[in-house]
Amino acid sequence: MIDSNLSPPTARQKWLKKLVSQRHIQIMALLGIAWMIIFNYIPMYGVIIAFKDYDIIRTISEAPWVGLEHFKEFLSDENFGYVMKNTLGISLIKLMTFPLPIIFALFLNEVRILRFKRAIQTISYLPHFLSWVVLGGILATWLSDVGIINDILMALHLIDQPISYLAEPKYFWTIVITSDIWKELGWSAIIYLAAITGISPEMYEAATIDGAGRFQKMWYVTLPAIKGTISILFILAVSGVLNSNFDQILVLRNSLNDSASNVIDYYVYYTGISQGRYSYSAAIGLFKSVIALTLLLIANQVSKKLNDTSLF
Amino acid sequence: MSLIKRKTKGEAVFDIINNLGMLLICFVTLYPIWYVLINAFNDGKDAMLGGIYWWPRVFSLENFKAVFDNPGITTAMLLTVAKTLVGVGAHVFFTAMVAYAFSRRELIFGRFYIFLGTITMIFSGGLIPTYLLIRDLHMLDTFAVFIIPVLFSFFDLIIFMTFFREIPDGLDEAARIDGANDWTILVRIVLPVSMPVIATIALFHGVYQWNDYFAGIIYINKESLQPIQTFLYRVVAQSSSNIMTTALQGSAVTKTVTSQSVKLATMVVTTLPIVFAYPFLQRYFVKGMMIGSIKG
Repeated sequence: MIDSNLSPPTARQKWLKKLVSQRHIQIMALLGIAWMIIFNYIPMYGVIIAFKDYDIIRTISEAPWVGLEHFKEFLSDENFGYVMKNTLGISLIKLMTFPLPIIFALFLNEVRILRFKRAIQTISYLPHFLSWVVLGGILATWLSDVGIINDILMALHLIDQPISYLAEPKYFWTIVITSDIWKELGWSAIIYLAAITGISPEMYEAATIDGAGRFQKMWYVTLPAIKGTISILFILAVSGVLNSNFDQILVLRNSLNDSASNVIDYYVYYTGISQGRYSYSAAIGLFKSVIALTLLLIANQVSKKLNDTSLF
Repeated sequence: MSLIKRKTKGEAVFDIINNLGMLLICFVTLYPIWYVLINAFNDGKDAMLGGIYWWPRVFSLENFKAVFDNPGITTAMLLTVAKTLVGVGAHVFFTAMVAYAFSRRELIFGRFYIFLGTITMIFSGGLIPTYLLIRDLHMLDTFAVFIIPVLFSFFDLIIFMTFFREIPDGLDEAARIDGANDWTILVRIVLPVSMPVIATIALFHGVYQWNDYFAGIIYINKESLQPIQTFLYRVVAQSSSNIMTTALQGSAVTKTVTSQSVKLATMVVTTLPIVFAYPFLQRYFVKGMMIGSIKG
């Protein structure tokens, strides 16, 4: 005891002293870590049931290994073809709508009357706050036999008989994509508008002196200035692409449009929660995660090559 | 830009077309919502004839009476209010607390903790392993299932952390000299100056809590624990009219309302709180989104 007081403290003692002095923030941090271990890491471990025959009688570790059997079963599943087609189809079309919020933000930025600009912004992101359940209700009302869409088309003599749009697979993708744009356009534009606000006015003044018109200023000043934001959001969009908005699908799908509406996320929910085939369902979920991760890595690399922006 | 500079003809045309386009977007955005609103305020039997486009034809509050007369909807509504308030409070405090610790550069193991968190943003167990965990924790059919599994979010932590690191060090030094510990500093100094981020995260999580129906579908069987959006989902998406029939039986005014008109009124009622709340919070969240966008 006396010795340690006399000689200078060792590195270890210093470290321990520092650890004790920051015990409060260590407790705060560890509470967060504990939460992550339980709710993030334990489910990650639970994914191994995809390689096992898990049932509710045994624990996860007791269940026998079956290797890639569930993955093979999914690949030869009669529903595999259209589930993949719907997942990829809806996702890719949604990805193609990625530029729309950027275009909206560019043109909204050109609105000169400040109050009008603010009003449009407030209105445009209102739908973001409606739940997909409510939106499903709105769409069901609009698209029903006696709904307003049929009213208009009948009045214009474009159709002779009312169509039940949600009961016909061929309209499903259009409904999903359009309603998604309607709901999220304004909200997605916020982040671009925020980035545009950060551009120095001097850049525009210089461009004006050089004789640039409004479209030229959009193209040569605004767009390059928000390129970094666009890249990051694009990478995120690509990595989340397979999620294809499960909430929305779940609300709009029904047994009549199943051939166009059944996506991987729904299939996981259906086989797992409704049918209780936990291992099979977890395998399908993992299959999706692997594709999503691959897409994320590709998008990240492409973005790194093209304009030096990447997530990692 | 100088005020005397006159607009060229081309610019004037551009402005007109641009403004008209924006007006069109506003109309397209608002009209579907307006359509639901006016039909909800119209007499149910009369609405079945169709043709109500701009204004209620036979104004009526009976649909809303039917909504509030139904004990099932009222319970679901109260539960949703409760889970939103408790959920937002708990999520904001817990996430901010962890973010405060993570934002301190002297935190031993800090980099490792952040690494652990980053992993959770890329990988997840997915629906089934999460469901099995919740089941094994005996949280099925409990109120806690709405709060604890979404208590923390690493994405929200990054937004908090970025903001906390901007706070000048000098702010808490005096308190520290007076003997205040980190808990006091977090609650008395850091949180009060972080209102823009708190409002942003509270709004995000509040919208999530209010709109979430999925937890109600997979984790809840008890009728008394059903959130309003789950209730609405069962009515809207599954068109199981028996729920609405029960709703109608519960009301004294079965003469004029229809299941469709009560459905519309329920949609309006479930949406109003959020529509009222967001103008108050929006001046904060644009700022909050910017903070998140820089480093997020």
